[in-house]
Amino acid sequence: MLPSEFAVLEPFTAWVLETERERYSKRLASSMEEMQAFYDVAFPLLEQASDHLDKFPLDELPEPERNLLLLMFSLVNVSFPVEVWKQARVPDSGAAYMDLVVEPKV
Amino acid sequence: MPHFAKPAAGSWTEQYPELGTSPVNYEDSIDPAYYEAEREAVFKRTWLNVGRVEQLPKTGSYFTKELAVVDTSLIIVRGRDKEIRAFHNLCRHRGNKLVWNDFPGEEVKGTCRQFTCKYHAWRYGLDGELTFVQQEQEFFDLDKSDYGLKSVRCEVWEGFVFVNLDPNAQPLKEYLGEFAKGLEGYPFHEMTEVFTYKAEIGSNWKLFIDAFAEFYHAPVLHMKQAVKDEADKLFNVGYEALHYEIHSPHSMISSWGGMSPPKDLSIVKPIERVLRSGLFGPWEAPDIEGLDPLPPGLNPGGHRAWGNDSFEFFPNMTLLIWKPGWYLTYHYWPTAVDRHIFEANLYFVPAKTARERLKQELTAVTFKEYALQDGNTLEATQTMLKSRVVTEFPLCDQELLLRHLHKTVADRVKEHTDAAQ
Repeated sequence: MLPSEFAVLEPFTAWVLETERERYSKRLASSMEEMQAFYDVAFPLLEQASDHLDKFPLDELPEPERNLLLLMFSLVNVSFPVEVWKQARVPDSGAAYMDLVVEPKV
Repeated sequence: MPHFAKPAAGSWTEQYPELGTSPVNYEDSIDPAYYEAEREAVFKRTWLNVGRVEQLPKTGSYFTKELAVVDTSLIIVRGRDKEIRAFHNLCRHRGNKLVWNDFPGEEVKGTCRQFTCKYHAWRYGLDGELTFVQQEQEFFDLDKSDYGLKSVRCEVWEGFVFVNLDPNAQPLKEYLGEFAKGLEGYPFHEMTEVFTYKAEIGSNWKLFIDAFAEFYHAPVLHMKQAVKDEADKLFNVGYEALHYEIHSPHSMISSWGGMSPPKDLSIVKPIERVLRSGLFGPWEAPDIEGLDPLPPGLNPGGHRAWGNDSFEFFPNMTLLIWKPGWYLTYHYWPTAVDRHIFEANLYFVPAKTARERLKQELTAVTFKEYALQDGNTLEATQTMLKSRVVTEFPLCDQELLLRHLHKTVADRVKEHTDAAQ
């Protein structure tokens, strides 16, 4: 699913998700251990992935590259639980929700 | 001692003596009768921003806007002459809602050549004229020119589309006044990549404006968002604005921008260090015309530490412009005295590379983390205000815009009520 240089991320392709709503839902449904495991492998590759993806025009990403970008969007989403909250949900957010109803297409 | 100079009057608030400095009564956020008065006195006769011109790129582009606060739904459409018009979303035959899909209460958008009612196929042109009546010969003396869609005042400022249900309202630009004039020329038209958030919030609409019109809360409510040492420092320093200004009914607050980029990388989270982006936006501004120099209305205090200006366009639009070349808007659409729909739009220059897109993603996701905390706090506030155990609350100098908002609404309600008697 991913460019060959990023094969180490293949076990985490369940995080290749089209929309923020799906990414956020998966975050809420995941344990801290699952998110930490994903983060520990993906975060060190973020810089390298950005460099790799920047070789392509954003609107013409080949499928494996597009998957890699979507995976990195998920990394951005789980960075909050992992780096800050130590839990999936935003503290003090209770039943509040905020839906991203329009987002730029990739 | 203040970190930033206060005006000669001694405080920002005392520059505007009509606002006073006494505690503010929040009955205006819990009383159903007051809410009804607000709908008449404010929302039915004030310019309301319903979108941007980019949502209507070509002839026949349209979107609908549900306005529960004024009991209507509007169609906003670009005509063959390229003009943008607004109409009540109502078929003149027997009052069916004209444009909707599946669920009548949901907003829709699209492109069409004409509007056709689902009920009896009456058709209307993009200019609102009634063009076709099914079995027209069955009607009695029906002159189609008498049955066009009911139009609503619609004017555009710098690409922002506004409507006003009052046919006698003053022109939009005159209404928006000094602040709008000072922002003209800002490259809003370049910032067409949008993230739109929506949420239903269990509080009075003014309480969310209150939350975004002061940053006194930021080092406290959002403390856990910063790394530990930085959070402690921010808490101890507190918050002071660089500048406040009121051109009633509108107001603005100008703030520092120390996080974009941060002066010390250790104060931000690891992912922010890698992507060079965060709540305050991507650290590097996009390469477009119009950001240097900025229009004269931005950074009115002329401060070197300037980071953003947040304008409250009365009654329910916040326009927040960030130093690194992006902006956002908030809208608060009341649905009841204790409920409203909150809408936030983040606007960026379209990303050309994946790295730029990742920076925007981090800003958009970070925004949501903060806004969720803000939104939930409001529900807690609303429920306790409703207890009426306490009705008056002290507002500090950094809460000047809240004081102004509640007074402006009250003045309009009073004026309207007095005129009716």
